[in-house]
Amino acid sequence: MFPAAFDYIAPGALDEVLSLLSQHGDDAKVLAGGQSLIPLLKLRFAAPVIVVDIGRVDGLEGVRRENGHVRIGARTRHRDVESASDLRGTLDVLLDAAPLISDPLIRNMGTVGGSVCHADPAGDWGAVMLAVGAEFVVKSAGGERVLPAAGFFEGPFTTGLHSDEVMTEIRIPVGAGRSGGTYLKLERKVGDFASVAAAVHVVLGGDGRIATAGIGLCAVGAHSIKATAAEAVLAGQEPTDAVIAEAARLAGEAAEPKADIRGSAEYKRDVARVFVQRGLHTAINRAQGAAA
Amino acid sequence: MKVTFEINGAEKSVDVEPRTLVVDLIRTKLGMTGTHIGCDTSNCGACTVLLDGRPVKSCTLLAPMLEGKKVTTVEGLAAGGKLDAIQVGFHAEHGLQCGFCTPGMMLVGKALIEANPHPTEDEIRWGISGNICRCTGYMNIVKAIQHAAAANAAENTAGVA
Repeated sequence: MFPAAFDYIAPGALDEVLSLLSQHGDDAKVLAGGQSLIPLLKLRFAAPVIVVDIGRVDGLEGVRRENGHVRIGARTRHRDVESASDLRGTLDVLLDAAPLISDPLIRNMGTVGGSVCHADPAGDWGAVMLAVGAEFVVKSAGGERVLPAAGFFEGPFTTGLHSDEVMTEIRIPVGAGRSGGTYLKLERKVGDFASVAAAVHVVLGGDGRIATAGIGLCAVGAHSIKATAAEAVLAGQEPTDAVIAEAARLAGEAAEPKADIRGSAEYKRDVARVFVQRGLHTAINRAQGAAA
Repeated sequence: MKVTFEINGAEKSVDVEPRTLVVDLIRTKLGMTGTHIGCDTSNCGACTVLLDGRPVKSCTLLAPMLEGKKVTTVEGLAAGGKLDAIQVGFHAEHGLQCGFCTPGMMLVGKALIEANPHPTEDEIRWGISGNICRCTGYMNIVKAIQHAAAANAAENTAGVA
């Protein structure tokens, strides 16, 4: 298989990328690691006129802490999040999710921002970003926007990103307070897309109550789902088994799974419930063990 | 368009259509058929090459993405008529049956023990989880990589002594 013909350009500067995108609009497609785009090109599900490779633009990679945020360059490879071990204790959910994305070879090429913008309903990062309350920095020739993860995922492979914009950075707030999280994924075989997955991130207040809880669901709807009712029932509460069970029930209700080769809708909904329940227990245990 | 990169230590400059896949460039344009095409859908890892030292799937890379990079294929493993430790390991432990996955397995194994000189069996199995073998059941592939890791360790110790 090989793609339909396209023009290719790999600018060395972001301004040039933005100018090309404003010029070509929907005819252009941004290439980062290519691990979703190239299969789509080969299958000819996508046939852009021009492919704009951002691989030579400086400053788009790396994980760093700054001003109360963890900032992840949009072109950071999955592998480089996997090995960012200093995130342990702050953003456990990222470290738990990264090694479960596809396989080691894909993780060496594929990028966090690329995966988020591709917005596969079964993409792992979407659920994680919803759980941690990430913000996406996107740029166009006209300026910069900062889009919250909540609301960004609009449908299968559809986001709030405009065709003349490119994502440059993911910002995740890391405030005071002890936090913990985890990512649970059911897959048919190692390296598969999720049948169901759940991302959980909990911040405890100084009084030991849950300050905030973030829950993202993967592969159980038309896009990554933020389980807002479940999050709301946890906020301000003592982390008891009863409140966790209730939150998990609400998260299961937030799922909108479809039956397919990976399982029935009822099965997937219940897996989502169980994963959120287990994930909350793990997240809270980790937060209770974490330094403030 | 022109793409310039290094492959197995030699600089190459080739004229390609942008849509050319790296695996096709290597096999057809450069005539190096050690890199295999298995599934052609990013699943099997038969087309694995090292890109700046990291294993990647060359069926899921566009030729222009190689600009300025270093590629290693299975042909680049042996040097000066001497097999690489990973090749010796696959030979000694019979880490193959049909051999189709072997170039990819060896490159992944080599990168794995360079990053982690003393991998556990679990780490090896996790490391090769992007490469599918339909013959061996992976037992001897794991042993082959362990063999290479042990040989490297012995050589390093010998060098110190």
